[in-house]
Amino acid sequence: MVLRTAESRRAIGTTEDRRTILGRRRPRRRSPVVPWLFLAPALILLFYFKYLPMADGLRMSFYEIRGYLGDQWVGGQNYQEIVTDDQFTAALWHSVVLAVGTTAGSMFFGLILALLLEGSSRVLWFVRTAAFLPVVTTIAVVAEVWRILYHPAANGPLNTILGWFAISPQPFLADEHSSLLSIMAVGVWRGAPYDMMIFLAGLAGVDRSLYESSAVDGAGTWRRFRHVTVPALRPVFVILITLAAIRGIRVFTEVFLLTNGAPNGSTEVLMTLIYKLGLQQGELGIAAAGSIVLFAATVILTVAVRALRRREV
Amino acid sequence: MSAERFDTVLGLAHRRGLGARIGVFVLYALMVVVFAGPLVALMIGAFSKVVDPTGFSLVPDGGFTVRNFVAAADRDVYHYLINSFVVVGFGLLLQMLVSVFAAYALARHKMRFAALIMLAVLATMMLPEEVITIPLSVVLADVPPFDVNLIGTYAGMILPVGAWGFSILVMTEFMKEVPVELEEAARIDGAGELRTFFSIILPLCRPALGVIGVFGFTMIWDQYLLPLIVATEPSQYTLPIALRTLRSDEEVGIGVLLAAAMLALLPSVIAFLAFQRQFVRGLTSGAIKG
Repeated sequence: MVLRTAESRRAIGTTEDRRTILGRRRPRRRSPVVPWLFLAPALILLFYFKYLPMADGLRMSFYEIRGYLGDQWVGGQNYQEIVTDDQFTAALWHSVVLAVGTTAGSMFFGLILALLLEGSSRVLWFVRTAAFLPVVTTIAVVAEVWRILYHPAANGPLNTILGWFAISPQPFLADEHSSLLSIMAVGVWRGAPYDMMIFLAGLAGVDRSLYESSAVDGAGTWRRFRHVTVPALRPVFVILITLAAIRGIRVFTEVFLLTNGAPNGSTEVLMTLIYKLGLQQGELGIAAAGSIVLFAATVILTVAVRALRRREV
Repeated sequence: MSAERFDTVLGLAHRRGLGARIGVFVLYALMVVVFAGPLVALMIGAFSKVVDPTGFSLVPDGGFTVRNFVAAADRDVYHYLINSFVVVGFGLLLQMLVSVFAAYALARHKMRFAALIMLAVLATMMLPEEVITIPLSVVLADVPPFDVNLIGTYAGMILPVGAWGFSILVMTEFMKEVPVELEEAARIDGAGELRTFFSIILPLCRPALGVIGVFGFTMIWDQYLLPLIVATEPSQYTLPIALRTLRSDEEVGIGVLLAAAMLALLPSVIAFLAFQRQFVRGLTSGAIKG
C-alpha cells in the first residue's frame, strides 16, 4: 500500500503537476452521504444521551410527573416550589461557597506548587508526578481515603498529626461548623495538582529573556513574579476559574460519599439534593426544575467569567 | 547569586548552599507526603494484618499479608472489578470508534453544517452531566422509539459514555493536521473511504489515539452517577459504587474496604504513569479549549 502510494506520487509529481495532468477527472466525486455515515454513531449517541435528556428535563420541569397516570402541566409551579424551599436555597448557598472556596484554594496552592516545581530536573519531575496522583485517582477512592483520614476520634490519622502540634482533636465531617470546610479541603487537595499542571503549561510560555532583563534592571524575585509572570499567566487564570466554577457548582460524588448532606444538612449541595428529590423521593418534576436552575447557574458563571475577561483585556 | 539563572521565576533548582538545599528538599518531601502519602497509606493498609478502623499507618501493622485481598473475594470485590472492566472496556472501545469516525467526517470531508455540528459537540462539553442525570434515567428506562429499558443493563452504563465531546474535539483537531496529499494519493490508488480511513488516516493518528484513550479510560473508570442510576442490583455494581456498600458492611472490616479501594485506584494510576506525556498534553489542550 505504502509502496504503491510512493510510486504513484513519484509518477504524478507535485500537486500542481497533478492538477494539470489529471485535469477534470481528478476531483473524484465523493458522495455527500459518506460523512454523515461516519458521523451517525456520534450523532445518535449524543441525541439519545445528551440532547434528548436535556430537552426532556426542560419539559419535565413544567410537569408534575405521575408515572402511569400521565404527566400534568403545572407551569412554573415546580420552579416556584424549589426556589422558595429553604433546603434548596441552603443547598445553592453551600454549592456556591464550596465552588468558590475550592476554586480559590486550588488556584492558590496550584500556583505555589507550579512555581516551586517548575523546571526540568528528574527530582522535580518525580515530585510533580507524585503530587499529580490525587487528580488521576478515582473520586470514590479519594472520598474513602479522606473519610478515614478525617476520623473524628483523637486517634484518627489527621487528629494524630494535629496532636503532634498540640492541637485538640477536630470533628471534621462530624460537626456542622467544620463539615463544609473539610469537604472543601478535599477539593483543594485534588484540585491544586490539576491547576498546577495547567499553570506549568502556562509558565512554559513565559518569555525567559524577560526574567533576565528585569533582573538586570534590578527586579527581585517578587517583582519578577508580579510584573512578568502574573501578566503572562492571565489567560490561564481565566480558564481555570471557568473550569473550576463549573466543576464546583455541580459537585456530587465527593459530597455524596463523604457526608451525603449530613450533619444536619450543613453540606447539602445542589446535586445531592436533586439526587434525593428525583431518585429517592420520586419528585421528578421538582428535581428537573432544580437541574435547570443548576444549569442556569453554571451558564451564568461561565458567561460572567468571560465578560470579566473581556473587560480586562 | 551570580550563578543564578533565569529559567524559572524562583530559580530554586539553582540555589547554592547546603541550608537552601536542605530547605528545598524538605519542601519537596512535604509535597510528596501531602499528595501521595494518603494513597500510599491506603495501599499499605490494604496489605496490613491489623487494620485499625480509625486509621492508617505508613508501616504495615502486624506485618504484611494478602488476607484482605482473599477476604475481598467473599464480598464479591472481584466481581465488581470485572463489572468495571467490562464497562470500561466496551465503553472505551465504543467511545474511541465513535470519536475517530466523527472526527474523520468533520476534519476530512467537506460537509454542510460541519460548523453547526462542531458547535453542538462543544455544547455537550459545556453541559454538566449532572444536569441531565434525572431525565437521563427516564430516557434510559424507556428509549424511544424502541421501548427498550436499559436500566439494570450493562448497555445502560456503556452507551451513554460512547459519545464524549472532548475526545471528538481532540481527534478532530488532530486529524486536520494530516496532510491532504496522503489521502489524495490513496484515493488515486483506488482506495475507498473505509480503506483510506483505516490504513492511511488512523495509523497517523496514533498519538491522538493515546490521548483520547487514556482520558477516556480515566473518565469511564471514574463514572459514578451513571452506574449508580443504572445498576438496580448489587451484582451490577461497578467497583467505585460498590465501595460505599463495602464501607457500611459492619462484618467486613476496613481491611477489605482498603483492598477494594486499592483495586479501584490502581488501573487509573497505572494508565496515568504509562501515558504521562499524552496525559499532560491532553490536559492542557483540553483546558485551553474548554
